[in-house]
Amino acid sequence: MKQKIIDILKEIRPEFDFTEKTDFIEQGMLDSFDIVSLVSSLDEEFGISIDGLDILPENFSGIESIIALLKKNGVK
Amino acid sequence: MNLIFRNKKISGLLTVLPKNEIKFEDEMDNYNFTVAQSLKLKKIMGYGSHRIVESGVTISDLCVYGLNYLFDQKLLKKEDIDAIVLVTQSPDYILPPTSNVIQGKLGLKKDMICLDINQGCAGYEIGLFQSFMLLDQPDINKVVLLNADVLSQKVSKRDRSNNPLIGDAASVTILEKSETDLTIYANIKMDGTAFDTVIIPAGGFKTPSSPATAEMTEDAEGNFRSLDQLCANGDKIFNFVQREVPPMIESLLEKAGITKDDVDYFMFHQPNKFTLTKLADKLQVPHEKVPSNILEFFGNSNGVSVPTSISFNLGDRLTKESLLICLAGFGVGLTWASLLLRMEYLSFNEIIYF
Repeated sequence: MKQKIIDILKEIRPEFDFTEKTDFIEQGMLDSFDIVSLVSSLDEEFGISIDGLDILPENFSGIESIIALLKKNGVK
Repeated sequence: MNLIFRNKKISGLLTVLPKNEIKFEDEMDNYNFTVAQSLKLKKIMGYGSHRIVESGVTISDLCVYGLNYLFDQKLLKKEDIDAIVLVTQSPDYILPPTSNVIQGKLGLKKDMICLDINQGCAGYEIGLFQSFMLLDQPDINKVVLLNADVLSQKVSKRDRSNNPLIGDAASVTILEKSETDLTIYANIKMDGTAFDTVIIPAGGFKTPSSPATAEMTEDAEGNFRSLDQLCANGDKIFNFVQREVPPMIESLLEKAGITKDDVDYFMFHQPNKFTLTKLADKLQVPHEKVPSNILEFFGNSNGVSVPTSISFNLGDRLTKESLLICLAGFGVGLTWASLLLRMEYLSFNEIIYF
């Protein structure tokens, strides 16, 4: 799951290294339009629909928070 | 707040769209995106082409054009109009009310009511509420509800959050008393503490337009706009819609004693495809029951987006069939409102171009 997420992030913002442990939002690596693209790609990749209420910047601040979000939305 | 209306109906609907069409690809260079990002967002958000009036065209031009079309086609008689309710956020003048201007341009009778209402994204629902209330009066038998906006003139071309989606349009909805005993269920909520979520900061009496308010500045996401132009906080609006709209719809249907399966269509305001897809998923309603194509073909025209969607997606069907439709609008104010009504056998339901 982790590698798939990193691959999707790289596709959206190829100029950043998403393997680093940093806050993607605070560091300006993802803006609101990137989050929309990310949600769309994650929905498609994992066959889910992330709950609209969960589409908050803090849920996309790092790989671990994205994994937690996917698990909350039914990815095993 | 729950509302109930009885013995009222929509008898006709006409949408007026500008002929001038601008494609997303033609404006991509204005935005702070790579081409790949732009094309991906086009697909996800549903950007396509938007209809924008030519310089100098006002809402009264669109409304008068639409009403004259109905007079010429003998679909409406001037003397039958007892009230005009105009919902807009782009009036011809600060004063007088643009509904009076339209009355004058058309030479309508003086024994009538003209009302302007300042509302946007939920403007169709609020206009219907006001029109239904007027129809409770014994002397009012026919109300013309006009929804119209030309807000493209107040959007920065370099604002990637707002410019790709803005559209201009007008609609004419005819409302009458009905012999049927069908009940129309509705609800509405407002939250003025978040009034600045969607705002044009300057140009009113609080902050008059000046050379200073016309200066372009860049925001954190790379949009360029001035205080004289529309500023909508997309993140806040999205979160508000996902939080408030599903429970509003659930409550409406519960009050009416029906299930989502009973509803033929959910005709929602059209901010973008992503928001509407997430709403449909949250409500567990099939996507085909929640049309989300108005942004792609015409743009988001605020309070005109719902009637545009009805005209475009249902068209002639509503002149021949009876459909149970849930309407909902949400946005500027903040305001969110919904209605459940049966739309059937309309005299007309079409789109014309100005």
